[in-house]
Amino acid sequence: MEDGEKNDGKRLVFVTVGTTSFDALVKAVVSQNVKDELHKRGYTHLLIQMGRGIYSPPKCDGADGSSLAVDYFTFSSSIADYIRSASLVISHAGSGSIFETLKLGKPLIVVVNEDLMDNHQCELAEELEERKHLYCARPHTLHQTLTKMELGSLVRYDPGDGTPVARIIDRFLGFPDD
Amino acid sequence: MEEHHCCIYSKMLSKCTFGSFLIISSIFLTVCRRVVYVLYRCGKPFPKGPSPSSFTTLIVLGSGGHTAEMLSLVSVMRMDRYTPRFYIAAATDNMSLHKARSFEHSLPHKPAVKEASLRFTQIYRSREVGQSYVTSVWTTILAIFHALWLMIRIRPQVILCNGPGTCIPLCVIAFLFKVLGIRWSSIFYVESVARVKKLSLSGLLLYKLRIADHFFVQWSHLQKNYPRAHYVGCLM
Repeated sequence: MEDGEKNDGKRLVFVTVGTTSFDALVKAVVSQNVKDELHKRGYTHLLIQMGRGIYSPPKCDGADGSSLAVDYFTFSSSIADYIRSASLVISHAGSGSIFETLKLGKPLIVVVNEDLMDNHQCELAEELEERKHLYCARPHTLHQTLTKMELGSLVRYDPGDGTPVARIIDRFLGFPDD
Repeated sequence: MEEHHCCIYSKMLSKCTFGSFLIISSIFLTVCRRVVYVLYRCGKPFPKGPSPSSFTTLIVLGSGGHTAEMLSLVSVMRMDRYTPRFYIAAATDNMSLHKARSFEHSLPHKPAVKEASLRFTQIYRSREVGQSYVTSVWTTILAIFHALWLMIRIRPQVILCNGPGTCIPLCVIAFLFKVLGIRWSSIFYVESVARVKKLSLSGLLLYKLRIADHFFVQWSHLQKNYPRAHYVGCLM
């Protein structure tokens, strides 16, 4: 797994809730025990993409180095850049964010939103957790997951592509194989 | 005398009723035969011989993860075979068409070809995430009429979709076009990578009603439960 650590010693935890809101995740991330655990593990900055959420976490510049610097924003068109610069990503369970993070080879904790009406999202996160590509948590178990997390045991995800589907469609329509 | 008239009227009426019954039942039988034929032909490859060099293709973009998966599929397809291309996304989803546009612009094409062969359209959605099932009845009706209008304009030969509900009205109309002989199309549905153990509602409908010519799943557990599906591994 790749660590986005820069020369300046900045180690960023990037939190993304996607296009909707997921205040339970934002609250869980800025809770004191989670922040302490992240700080203990050597992370220096916490950046939260909070979407349409109404809960704004307290900002903190962490200048004295004794605690985590906390910042947030609502939306950005370049989430990939934030993921790229992060050392750890904590994400909602949307497949877009999950695969974007896995493809960039970043350690990932997926937090499942238990308030969604049709909650099939945990299926994917749990399947990928079983294959050791990521850790899966709920908002109230995030601290627990962080304490037992061993980044070394994560297995790098090998991305797939649409070639088998494209081949079947081509054949079906009577096109010769390339 | 009056009784006599009455009798004639009732005889005429019964003849009329019988006649219209015959007409209606013969139309019904014709439609049934056509539905059976279309169901029989669905999922069977195009007959050998000169097939068109390219197909009018409709690409339905779901949103978020669905769109990413669809563009990942489209990016490995031979674009010259699937031209012109129409991209459709939900009216509430601003990101998907933007992503599709930047994907298309990244392809090496002459600008003139691009202009003529690409369209990006928004469509009303039958149900938003979190919308109640009661109000979704009305939004579904609106979505169906809008879909009908778009489908009459596009008349696609190939439809690529991967959920969620946005694609259902389009696929059902495409099926009706086949039954009515307006346009023959091949429908390809790829169940989302997020569906590991159970199909989505859209997927289940297209699978059970046999509307999709080809039904792809990305996890092997699903193929065990839905044997007509093709397991193709993860698109992402």
